[in-house]
This record gives sequence, C-alpha cells and structure tokens, in this order.
Amino acid sequence: MSAGVFNEASTASRLARLSGGFIVVAILSLFIADIHFYRPDPWQELGRIGLGLITPYWPDIPELALALGHTVAFALLAVAGSAFLGLLLAMWFHRRIVRVFSASIRSVHEVFWGLLFMQVWGLSATTGLLAILIPFTGIFTKVFADILHQQSPQTVQTFGDAPRISRYVYGLIPKAWPELISYVRYRFECALRSSAILGFIGLPTLGFHLETAFKQGQYSEAAAVLWVFLLLIASVRLWLRPKLIPVFILAAIWVLPEMPPVNASFFWQFISQDLWPKALQRGDLIATGEWYGKVFMSDVWPALWQTLAVTQAALVLSGLLALMYYPFASRWLVGGFRPLGRFKLLVLRSVPELMLAYVFMLIFGPSALPAILALGIHNGGLIAFLLANNSEDAAKVQRPDSPTGAMRFFYQDLPQRYPAFLALLFYRWEVIMRESAMMGVLGIATLGFYVDSAFEEIRFDKAFFLIVMAALLNIIIDSLSRRLRRMAGLRTPKM
Amino acid sequence: MFELSHASLDHGRQRVLHDISVNIAAGEKVALIGPSGAGKSSLLSLLWEQNPEQIALCPQDSALVDILSVYQNIYMGGLSRHGNVYNLLNLIRPWADRRREVSIIAEALGIGEKIKTSPDKLSGGQRQRVALGRALYRKQPVFFGDEPVSSLDPAQGDELLGLVLGEHETAVVAIHSPELALKHFTRIIALQHGRIVGDWASGSVTLEQISAIYSGGQ
Repeated sequence: MSAGVFNEASTASRLARLSGGFIVVAILSLFIADIHFYRPDPWQELGRIGLGLITPYWPDIPELALALGHTVAFALLAVAGSAFLGLLLAMWFHRRIVRVFSASIRSVHEVFWGLLFMQVWGLSATTGLLAILIPFTGIFTKVFADILHQQSPQTVQTFGDAPRISRYVYGLIPKAWPELISYVRYRFECALRSSAILGFIGLPTLGFHLETAFKQGQYSEAAAVLWVFLLLIASVRLWLRPKLIPVFILAAIWVLPEMPPVNASFFWQFISQDLWPKALQRGDLIATGEWYGKVFMSDVWPALWQTLAVTQAALVLSGLLALMYYPFASRWLVGGFRPLGRFKLLVLRSVPELMLAYVFMLIFGPSALPAILALGIHNGGLIAFLLANNSEDAAKVQRPDSPTGAMRFFYQDLPQRYPAFLALLFYRWEVIMRESAMMGVLGIATLGFYVDSAFEEIRFDKAFFLIVMAALLNIIIDSLSRRLRRMAGLRTPKM
Repeated sequence: MFELSHASLDHGRQRVLHDISVNIAAGEKVALIGPSGAGKSSLLSLLWEQNPEQIALCPQDSALVDILSVYQNIYMGGLSRHGNVYNLLNLIRPWADRRREVSIIAEALGIGEKIKTSPDKLSGGQRQRVALGRALYRKQPVFFGDEPVSSLDPAQGDELLGLVLGEHETAVVAIHSPELALKHFTRIIALQHGRIVGDWASGSVTLEQISAIYSGGQ
C-alpha cells in the first residue's frame, strides 16, 4: 500500500473532489457560453409543440415511407461496410499508423463529413453513405481492437506461427463473436440516429422532413416524423433478425437514392486545390502562414471557446441528470415505478440530440442554451440507462440487511455505482464535444456554425481548416479523458 | 427466539436445506459448523428472516460499500436510528458525536487509524474488521455472522470473536475453526448436505468429533 495523502482520504472523497472540479469548470463555462433568452414567453410555443406531439399527422404516407427507407438504408449499408472495414483494420491496430488513422477519421462528426462530401457529390447516396461509413469505420476499428485484445491469447498460441489474418479468423474473432455482434447492434442504433440527423443538412432522410415541418411551424407533421423515428428505434430488436440481414441489405441497395457517377478529376481538384488556401497553391508559405493565422484569430479561436464551454456545461448536466434519472429505472431502488422510469430513458436516449436541440431552439431561441440542454438530456438518458442496468445486476448480490428508501440510494447504490458512472461520463466526453461542435449547424456559435458558414460562402479552405481544428480538439479531449480515467483508477466501461 | 420446524429451502431447482427443525433461545451462543456447501449460510438467512430488526448481520463477503470511508461503512449500522436528513448531512460531513462513537469501535477492532480510508484500499482482514464494526454499531441484542473472522490470523480471530460475542446477548455464527467453536460458543450445530447431523452443548463434544464433520466423515 502506498503511503501519503491518497491513503488518508477515502476513494469517495477523492472522486468527489474530481467531480467538484468539473462542476466549477461547468459553472465558469456558463459565463463564457453565449446564452440568451430570445423569447420572453416560451410557454405559448411549448404549448403548440405539446399539442402537435399528441396530434401527429402526415398527409403523404408514401413520402414518409420513402424517407424512412432512406434512413434505414443509409444506416444499414454504412454499418455493414464500416463493421467489415473496422474488423479488418483492427487486426493491424498495433501499428501506429492505423491507430492515428482511426483516431482522425472518428474525430470528425458525421455531419461535417456530410457537408464535405456534399460539395463533391451533392445530396446523393454517396454522400450519405460515406458520411456515416467513414467515422464509424474509425470507431469500429478502435472498439473491435479493444474487444479482440481482451480475449485470452491461449487459442492463438496453439496455432504456432500462423499468418496474422488466419490467427484472427480462426482464433480471436470467433471467440469474441458475441461481443462483436452486440456492439454492432448498438452501433446500428447510433447509425439510425446519424442517418436521420443528416436530413438536417439536406439528405433525404427523416430529419429532412422533421426540419422542414418544424421550420414551417407544422408541429403535428413534425411529431408524426418523430414518432415514426421513435418506433423505428424501439422496434429494431424485433425486425433486425440475423438471418434476414442479407435480404435487408439487398432491399437497402434498391431503396437508395440515385448515385452520381464518380468524376475522378473533379474529386481530385476538390482535395488537391479547393481545400487549401490560394497562397499555399502558389507556394507562398509566408502568405499561407498569415492566412491560417488570420482565420485562426477570426474564426477558430472564438469557435473553440464556445465549443469547449458548451461541452463542459453539457458534460456536467449529463452527469447530474444521469444520477437523477437512473434510480427511477432500477427495480432495486424504486420497485414498481420502474417501467415509467425505463420508458422515459428509452425516449430520451432514442431522440437524436440535434432534434432535441431544434425543439429547445424553437422554445428559447438560438443560443448555447438549447445545445447544452439537448446534449445533457440525451447523454444523461443514455448513461442513466446503463447505470440502471448495472444497479439491477448488482441487486442480486446486495446484502439482505441493506438500508431501505432514500438511504439505500445515498449510502449504498450511489457510492457503488459512482466509479462506473464517472468512467461512462468521461467516456462520453469526446462524444459530447464532437456533438457540441456539430450543433453549430443550427446557428449556435460553436465550430459547426463557422464550418457551415464557410461552406455557404464557398470558402472550402476555411471550412476544411475549421474541421481539422475540431478534430484536433476532439483527439486532445479523448486522450485527456483516457488519462483522467487511468489516474482515478476507473476501468473502461462496457457499453 | 428463533424456531424452525421441518423447514426446507430451494435455490432454483436445487434443494439446499432439508427438513430443518431447530429452536434457539435468547442467551444462547450457537456455532454452525460443517464443510463448505453444507447449508450454513442458507440456514443463517432463513433464521435472519424471522427477526431482521433485532439482528446485527455480518455476511460472508463482508459486503461493504467500497468507496465510502471506513467511518461511513461502520456508521451504516446506525442508519435506522436517525432520520433521512440527519443521515444525508452525515454523508457530507460526519457528526462529531457519531464520529466519537465510531472511533471507539474502530479502535477496539484495531482499525482506528484507517477510519478515513475506504475499504477498497484495505486488506481482507481489515475489511472483516470493518464489517464487524458495522455489526457492532447496529447495537442489537443478536449477532449473526457468516465466517466473520475467516481472513484474520487465529490469535486475532480469537480476540475479535470474543469481543463481538461479548457485546451480544444471543449469537448464531457459521465458523470454520473447531477450536474457536468450542472455546466461544455454548452450543454447536453441525450441518452436512443441507441437514442437521449434530446438535450438542459445547461441553459434551470433543475437538475430534467436530474435526470429523469438517472432513466430511461422521
């Protein structure tokens, strides 16, 4: 046992100090974040939205069905492709180049990839598919590598000096198969959300109709889309049967919107010229430096601050909400009230953050506030769901004379869950940051706002620079989170 | 005080206790002996259900809240003596009076200087002392223990068992050491394959007889 201060304090008080630090930063962030109330009377709008929610209506059913088909098709094909590529890359995860490659492609949000590809392929199937496939490949690579790494090496050791792919295909992959499949399932749900969200930048998925309906104040239509989406997410387990997947994939290919022919020279011009400042193309390095410096000061710097402020505030809000929600979804803690709590969590974690933010924006007007609320509620719901499961699993081994009522929560369950809670929250940190940046496309002053504006002004060089900066910030937060988790002695959580 | 007649208990499809009839009066100190898997823990939990309010329980895997301090873990024995608000405030900042009470118990158990640490940083023996501390702080007339001193060395186990039994009027303890069973208890009940196979006053049984039960023979 090591001597010194750490031995003096209980683990709880150390974790409480760490949490306290994050809370202080979040409160400071609220002063930095651009928070305004534009509407003096949000209740009227809220009333109309509420009325819409209970009177869903859609005039053109085939149109809605097609959007639903596109949403599922993008998600399914992108996940199938990225899971395969991820598994392939995971075999070479010990190579630094693979790790860096996977970290950089997953550090850019689907919406940003979508905005990039839109400049080349327009609002086509290619854009939608690649926007999901690329970041998901990065995520699958990392998570699959983690899962495969945790398998016991004994099976493979009996193979002698077999080639790498054979060792994986015969040994590690079959052993890890159930875990790999269950992660792909979870990711498919995420892909459905991403696919829907891509509608907000114009792709023909459910999000497109949702945004259009909201924009026109037609809340019954918006609600119809939202309910369809929630039903889709809730029913995934019913229709996504392993045997039917080949059929679904064929159907998805058939449903896809038109794919434009790949124009190689146009694509080459885009990545070799359009994304870089004129000065660099001339070879004038001094002017290039000046250009980047100028854009950094005018756009990147304020955008980074706003993104960070929203991230930190949303992170702490997620945590607080998760701790408030989860006891109500655990049978051990609330008994018969549990179904109500679980239903709420299902809704909260299924609605994409961007949709929530959009609703809050209609209520509070465009500022950092809707983004913070939406991210907090969505991530809080997600973490709470995992904690509630964790709490119910632990109930089987709790001692019979455990405290009852509120004291059961505060003295026993909460301290038992807290390390896993912090680990999950830190795990979501970079996800929350990526989404804070993306929320800018709604007009909130985070990185996404500047990216979107740059694309609108057809200044691809500036947009690309901003996206790279967002990716860098994401990679920094990811490594900071990993370091904090290790320092606090928190184990990597199972999702 | 406790009474079972022809009781049995199933865990899923498996029957873990068969036809148990036993009476335990107030003032008795009962040792439960028998090889592991004989049903000692199951019998303890069956008896516990008869009077949970008056029993200070010390389960087998000490069942502590790992990240809370040793103080809080012991204080949990006294949760039912106070209201929710009092208990919540104590979680944020321990009350001075309670702190003194808990310190005295911790000192007696030899973990006085560990009171601010949390059990996740303690050894198995120290964790058992904390679990005993919680049981003592329950301040109940009856003590139920499931191998409560199994991680301590024999001399320490002897001392602490004596301490805990001295603080309780009645006790039922599953115990692994024949010596401790003979020395500290007034009555010894032997279990095998979920049945009671022996029930003696501790004066009328020898160390050899008890040791035979543990080795699985008669």
